[in-house]
Amino acid sequence: MADDLITMDDLTNEQIEALLKDAEKLLPAAKGDVYLPLLEGKLLGNMFFEPSTRTRMSFETAMKRLGGNVVNLGALASSSVTKGETLFDTMKMVDGYCDVAVLRHPRQGAAQYAADACDIPILNGGDGAGHHPTQTLLDLFTIKQAHGKLDLNVVMVGDLRYGRTVHSLSHALSRFGANLTFIAPPALSMPDEIIEDLKASGANITVSEDLVSNLPSADVIYMTRIQKERFPDEDEYQKVAGIYKLSRKDLKDVKESMIIMHPLPRVDEIHPNVDSTPHAAYFDQAFNGVVARMALLCYLFGVAIPKEASQ
Amino acid sequence: MSEMRRVTAICNGSVIDHIPSGAALKVLRMLRISGKNSNPVSLVMNVPSGKYGAKDIIKVEDRELTQEELDRLSIIAPHASVAIIRNYSVAKKRTVEAQKELVNVAKCTFSNCITHGNREPQSHRLTVISVDPLQLRCHYCCRTQDMDAIIDNLL
Ligand SMILES: [Zn+2]
Repeated sequence: MADDLITMDDLTNEQIEALLKDAEKLLPAAKGDVYLPLLEGKLLGNMFFEPSTRTRMSFETAMKRLGGNVVNLGALASSSVTKGETLFDTMKMVDGYCDVAVLRHPRQGAAQYAADACDIPILNGGDGAGHHPTQTLLDLFTIKQAHGKLDLNVVMVGDLRYGRTVHSLSHALSRFGANLTFIAPPALSMPDEIIEDLKASGANITVSEDLVSNLPSADVIYMTRIQKERFPDEDEYQKVAGIYKLSRKDLKDVKESMIIMHPLPRVDEIHPNVDSTPHAAYFDQAFNGVVARMALLCYLFGVAIPKEASQ
Repeated sequence: MSEMRRVTAICNGSVIDHIPSGAALKVLRMLRISGKNSNPVSLVMNVPSGKYGAKDIIKVEDRELTQEELDRLSIIAPHASVAIIRNYSVAKKRTVEAQKELVNVAKCTFSNCITHGNREPQSHRLTVISVDPLQLRCHYCCRTQDMDAIIDNLL
């Protein structure tokens, strides 16, 4: 891997598979059953120019579970920004303070821009509508954990137009031979550019507006939130807001092994009565954010995971 | 060569030939040639040309365009050539060389790109995906560039 992780293209399939294996080994340490201070003395800078709970906290947890430390420059960064400091100058400062930095920024391309400015590795924690590769890693890990493989029928549902999560994930899954079904209202359908890209790389793509008929063949259903702010007015939002919902009664004809994922937070796409079914994988998925990022951090620092880690 | 004589021959300077018809004013803008420069400039537009139908020609006196300046023109005039004139004769000929990347030639056409941030100091970098037709992608945000809009983003 290059020193930075900006998009999933920075990782080969072999590297992804190695990371997923490492993540598996790190599960006990992620849960706190084993203390594994592999990154003692290392400092991670959490640079969040946009609010985030899960990504910021899971990086912090991952680092601390490995004995490393974290500085949250979020507040400082946003105050510098109010004073008109450039991203370049802020990142130059972090470059001196930390050993690695995670960046989330509202502008697309910010992570590459920061990586060009810094000597330390930069991990993209989301740049505008661009990429969010560590989310993809944890999603792949969740799927692999449930099914043991990635060449599956994966159905993605909801806001496929603006959701960077589903863009990165569909690219990554197509590299591993998955069949992808995209279900969205026309206003929120997967961008043509991405579908063409996926088809050009040989992916098997189905586009539909109907969730119910696609449930029985699915190995993974990846739900997303339809965001109110994407719509010009309340009426337009209401028209599509409630159309893709899953509750326990919808799951009668699904495969036993089928898992439901969601990057969270959810609104009402998944009824709470699904939570107790064996299909619900979204809380495991959220936890997997820690273990996937632990694996990535070890990899970046060139630290091998000892065999006893998983005992 | 008859079209070359539509304006008088120059003693010293550069003749930019094979500019797509109608693009001469944009070329002047890209080369930062305006009324504020003291160099005499002559412009011929819509000259019939065997190769591309019609073309524009610009003559700039007392200024020798560099290869780098010429390469900047690849966005709007990929087939342009320059003849460097010294003492009424051609001293050197240059053509646009295909670039792998255009650095500080134009700003990314995606408005939410980091390069549109206030005073961000790093270079504007556009990767050349294909030369003919010219297709560009922003080094930072990876967006494919809108080749109509990019004319307004020339630096
Ligand atoms: Zn850009």
